[in-house]
Amino acid sequence: MTVQLDARPPVAPKADNPRPSWGRLSRLDTRFSPYLYIAPFFLIFGVFGAYPLAYTFWVSLHDWDLLGTNHPFVGAENYTRLLADTDFWHALVNTLGIFVISTVPQLLAALWLANLLNRGLRARTGWRMAVLVPNVTSTAAVAIVFGVLFGREFGMINWLLDLVGVDAIGWKSNRFASWVAISAMVDWRWTGYNALILLAAMQAIPRDLYEAAAIDGASRVRQFWSVTVPLLKPTIIFCTIIATIGGLQLFTEPRMFHSGTNPIRGGPLRESQTLTMYMFENAFAPHYNFGYGSAVAWLLFALIAIVAVLNVLILRRLGGGSGPNGRKGAAR
Amino acid sequence: MAVLPRRRLAAVALAATTALLVTAGCGGGDEPGDGPVTLTVDVFGQFGYEQLYQEYMAANPGVKIVERGTGTNLDEYSPKLTQWLAAGRGAGDVVAIEEGLMVEYKANPGNFVNLLDHGAADLKGNFLEWKWNAGLTADGKQLIGLGTDVGGIAMCYRKDLFEKAGLPTERDEVSKLWPTWPDYIATGEKFVAAKTGASFLDAATNTFNTILLQTAGNSDGYSYYDTSEKLVVDSNPAVRQAWDTTMDIIDSGLSGKYGSWSEEWVSAFKQSKFATIACPAWMTGVIEANAGTAAQGKWDIARVPGNGGNWGGSHLAVPKQSKHQAEAIELAKFLTSAKGQIGAFKAKGPLPSSPQALDDPAITGATNAYFSGAPVGSIFGSGAKSLKPVYMGPKNQAVRTEVENAVRTVELGQRSPAQGWTDAVTNAKKAAAK
Repeated sequence: MTVQLDARPPVAPKADNPRPSWGRLSRLDTRFSPYLYIAPFFLIFGVFGAYPLAYTFWVSLHDWDLLGTNHPFVGAENYTRLLADTDFWHALVNTLGIFVISTVPQLLAALWLANLLNRGLRARTGWRMAVLVPNVTSTAAVAIVFGVLFGREFGMINWLLDLVGVDAIGWKSNRFASWVAISAMVDWRWTGYNALILLAAMQAIPRDLYEAAAIDGASRVRQFWSVTVPLLKPTIIFCTIIATIGGLQLFTEPRMFHSGTNPIRGGPLRESQTLTMYMFENAFAPHYNFGYGSAVAWLLFALIAIVAVLNVLILRRLGGGSGPNGRKGAAR
Repeated sequence: MAVLPRRRLAAVALAATTALLVTAGCGGGDEPGDGPVTLTVDVFGQFGYEQLYQEYMAANPGVKIVERGTGTNLDEYSPKLTQWLAAGRGAGDVVAIEEGLMVEYKANPGNFVNLLDHGAADLKGNFLEWKWNAGLTADGKQLIGLGTDVGGIAMCYRKDLFEKAGLPTERDEVSKLWPTWPDYIATGEKFVAAKTGASFLDAATNTFNTILLQTAGNSDGYSYYDTSEKLVVDSNPAVRQAWDTTMDIIDSGLSGKYGSWSEEWVSAFKQSKFATIACPAWMTGVIEANAGTAAQGKWDIARVPGNGGNWGGSHLAVPKQSKHQAEAIELAKFLTSAKGQIGAFKAKGPLPSSPQALDDPAITGATNAYFSGAPVGSIFGSGAKSLKPVYMGPKNQAVRTEVENAVRTVELGQRSPAQGWTDAVTNAKKAAAK
């Protein structure tokens, strides 16, 4: 089962010999039609991407009460206040913390799963489909179920811990514990997805490399670390980028993890409040300060841009170093 | 895929356009006409309007009523309503506004129909004076909402758990156990010493809010903001007094720490994990919904420690964006009439804000079977007319959230009482400035 991930559209063969009667029209056609064909994307991007982005920036320069009718211009005040706002930095640390402790185990587990699925198993397709099941469940449903599992007094996790003599953990009011609980949720959902992508890349590795390694006396473990992993590098980086984008925008899982009064805080001391939650808290209840919330949105955008650039730099370094197979692998 | 031949492309485009036009033609047909008007009512918690809708629809065949939101908690409901108002669409034709949020909505009255323009002024006598005033803008020129209920407070308790702990179970004797909050704490300590496996109360935040509103109502009539809208969280003695009493409750280990309105809180109801809960009239409906039929007859209602108090209560308003304003206003008038308020009280327990309803035998003689036949009409209703309202400032909701969270951090052992107080004041000031 090979997955074709090449997203480039098939190129239409160039009409070499247009009918003479069309002349000028045909030339205009070849010149402008391509723009017409790609226009829908740019139109939709303009309406749903660029315009909201610009409007959010405009809003962030104002003292904008969500319900109010007057929105005085305040310049960069929202931004200067935000940079001095300890709750903002706190949310940033939460976001990065949850990102790290969810992504690292997630990719390791995915790699291990993919390796297992790459072997000659019985009912192989069944297993491969099964790992994707968590990914098709509703995030909100998952979060509510996990929220109950990680309950302080009635939760199943604490009950199990109690059986082995560990004291109850306040999963929702301990900063690190709540990060772990939310990471578990994210990993449950995304490990299978990443495993399938890694599996597809694994299958593109030529068999003869393994045969050669086996003849040289390399064990299976050695083959995995010296043949499989290096050739998977571009795919691993791809998975990391996808996980970065998802991780920095994490909202539904931590939001639904908490219930009761003001769940948007992510715990009484904002233990697991992510940046998107902080944005929501300011733009909507209880502050209804749309300008301040928009400023959070823009700083989040800047943060993602910075991380994306870092990703590209790392990609260039690693992708370039993996030999002639690197580019080929990157396209898969 | 090869590029489509031009002619075929044109044919496809034509077909698509025709299809669109036909669909649009059909869709446009059913907007106007004589069909019934559908009114959407947005509520939260338990308003108890089901029966009233049926009655109203039977009397007005041209109106169909759809309700959204029963059972949702206020923290989910308020932001949604605010977004709908800000976006100019999405809100129901009649919307419930809780007293804490009313202040913020009053600052932008343009979002709502002025009910004074629609004959509401004649209804003034149907409401307690302060309830009527709470729906008016500061200049008194616009009435945003008609009052639904007020939140007279009692103390709900589990008879079975009290019996297990060797405490009296009759409501009059229970009321005698706690004339004051220190007496309530002393009773709680006895309860805890009996080791029933349950806590004495659900969450310190609920009790804190009750004590605060009671203390404020009995002194200056304001809590976090004074009547000139200045933040007085650190200088109002009522706030500090409520804080200190709550710290004593936490110190004595009375709280089950079930964060109010959380999944855990609901589970704790179902599993009989606490014995008392501060009980504004509307809370009786919440208890019944959470604890379920299994606990029928195990709950009862006693007097609240201290003296009276009001927590919560709502108004019904008609957003300007409603397409059926006239019909919506009539429905709001019906639901907030003395008859409507009596109906809601019988269904789910919210205490009427109409003096006529409060004097009605249907209220004064009302009992609640779920709460062991407690005479809810006299328990909640007797003090209702003397209830003293507490003034709410512009950012009341945000400030209250910060202070209650500080209570929660102490309750969970994350902060000492002194640190908690510092947090409460600092964060409240920060929230008020946002």
